[in-house]
Amino acid sequence: MKTRLLRIAVPGLLLGLCSLYFLVPLIATGVFSLWDGADRYNLSAYTQLFHDPGFRDSLLLSVRLAVLSVVISLILLVPTVYWIQLRGKRLRPVMEFIAVLPFVVPAIALVEGLTSLYTGPEWLVGSPNFLIVAYIILALPYTYNALDVGMRSLDIRTLSEAAQNLGANWPTLMMRAILPNLIGTLVGATLLTFAIVMGEFTFANVLLFNTFAVYINYIGQTSGTQAAALSLLSFTITWLAMLGILLTGHRSQVQLGGAR
Amino acid sequence: MRAVQGVLIIGFFAYIVAFLLLPSGEVLFGAFRGEHGLTLKYVDQLFEPRYLHAFRNSIELALATAILGGLFGTVIAYLTLSPRAPTWLRTGVTSFSGVAANFAGVPLAFAFVSTFGTMGLLTVWLRQQGFNLYDTGFSLFSLSGLVLTYLYFQIPLMVIIITPAVRGLRREWREAASNLGATPWQYWRYVGLPILLPALLASMVLLFGNAFAAYATPYALTSGNIALVPIEIGNVLSGNVMSSPQLGQALALGMIGIMAMAMLAYTLLQRHAARWQCR
Repeated sequence: MKTRLLRIAVPGLLLGLCSLYFLVPLIATGVFSLWDGADRYNLSAYTQLFHDPGFRDSLLLSVRLAVLSVVISLILLVPTVYWIQLRGKRLRPVMEFIAVLPFVVPAIALVEGLTSLYTGPEWLVGSPNFLIVAYIILALPYTYNALDVGMRSLDIRTLSEAAQNLGANWPTLMMRAILPNLIGTLVGATLLTFAIVMGEFTFANVLLFNTFAVYINYIGQTSGTQAAALSLLSFTITWLAMLGILLTGHRSQVQLGGAR
Repeated sequence: MRAVQGVLIIGFFAYIVAFLLLPSGEVLFGAFRGEHGLTLKYVDQLFEPRYLHAFRNSIELALATAILGGLFGTVIAYLTLSPRAPTWLRTGVTSFSGVAANFAGVPLAFAFVSTFGTMGLLTVWLRQQGFNLYDTGFSLFSLSGLVLTYLYFQIPLMVIIITPAVRGLRREWREAASNLGATPWQYWRYVGLPILLPALLASMVLLFGNAFAAYATPYALTSGNIALVPIEIGNVLSGNVMSSPQLGQALALGMIGIMAMAMLAYTLLQRHAARWQCR
């Protein structure tokens, strides 16, 4: 009887303590964001943020960078992964090596190499668009992995041959046969890239561009309550993106890069 | 129209060469580039006390969070996967892990400042109860605080990556062991742990690399005032310290060296671990 009780009590206590560790910071951040000095609690931190043009500008910049990174990386990767599955099987080890490289060369090391290699042209390195170049690399392991797994679960060869026998050219084949079967994969890859870019700090901070994460850090130097409010907002964005991925059924996707 | 496909594929590989391979090469060789030909001057600088200190701090931090995160993550994964655990617990832990493993960087830093900072809610509440957290030698803005903060993304990451291995521990093995008279301790010592060990080590190596490369979290917590390798590289890059750009490349080279060893160890261990998982 006693051991039986222990067998339930010990795991329960352990899991309870762990969930405290994970929940208390979230609750504390929520309460802290509502704090307005002394015993006053209100939404002033949030209203001040919404009236700050810097908030809107940085959030919009990050959204724009995220959308462009998603679009460009899909345009580059979808045909490549498709081609490797169909004909370039020998190139698969090369692709796997490329997909591991962003872990081996972390963001802070890559930005070191990028800045010393590319000092121009000004329209590229002087504008926030330069960040897209790096973000596509950051997201590469996840995008590649998602597309690779997604395409492998399809019978790409049969699908392609059937479409071509019916007279489809390459764009028709892609648009009407391959991509519609990959919707779940594409949504998963998109959301993951989106979440990575929305939280990315390293590149933007070193290259001095005012993205959302850089803005949160900047606010944090002056107002703790507003920083707490922004942290909650950022957590909500991540949460929604991950929820979307879970709903599309790609629960095994792990993230290691992005905003550490 | 096939030409479009060709152009995009060539475009992809050109992109990788231009923005991943060449910059990596630039870091690897740039560290040896002196004013007059090759030099070891900058790599030698890594052995100055200041940078040795940064490497030691980074390694200690990564090791501590890899081991602690690995242990807690494995125990959580094991407990939630056990047949006695209710389904809601399992789905809850899996979903939350997916989110929390991604909740890092600046927002995480400020969440912890709101909780454990000098004015944080938990710190203030504990002080009202007569316990001063900062009297114990703990500070959120030192290594101990970083360990506490990193665990917030390390533990969930461990739960995600160790789950397949824990699921691979078949119930039949445990039943067979106990039918042959093994105690639970004996089961773990001679069956469970040896099977789990390669996957456990592989996952911890991954956690190590994950923590070692972190920049945003320590930067936001300490405003860039802590001796860690990524922070030192950032300081050289943004000109906060007087030093030549090659020093930044030498630091990055050291970092890539450690990350490469970690990934190699991971690959080898993972290959070993996969024997029990492929089904």
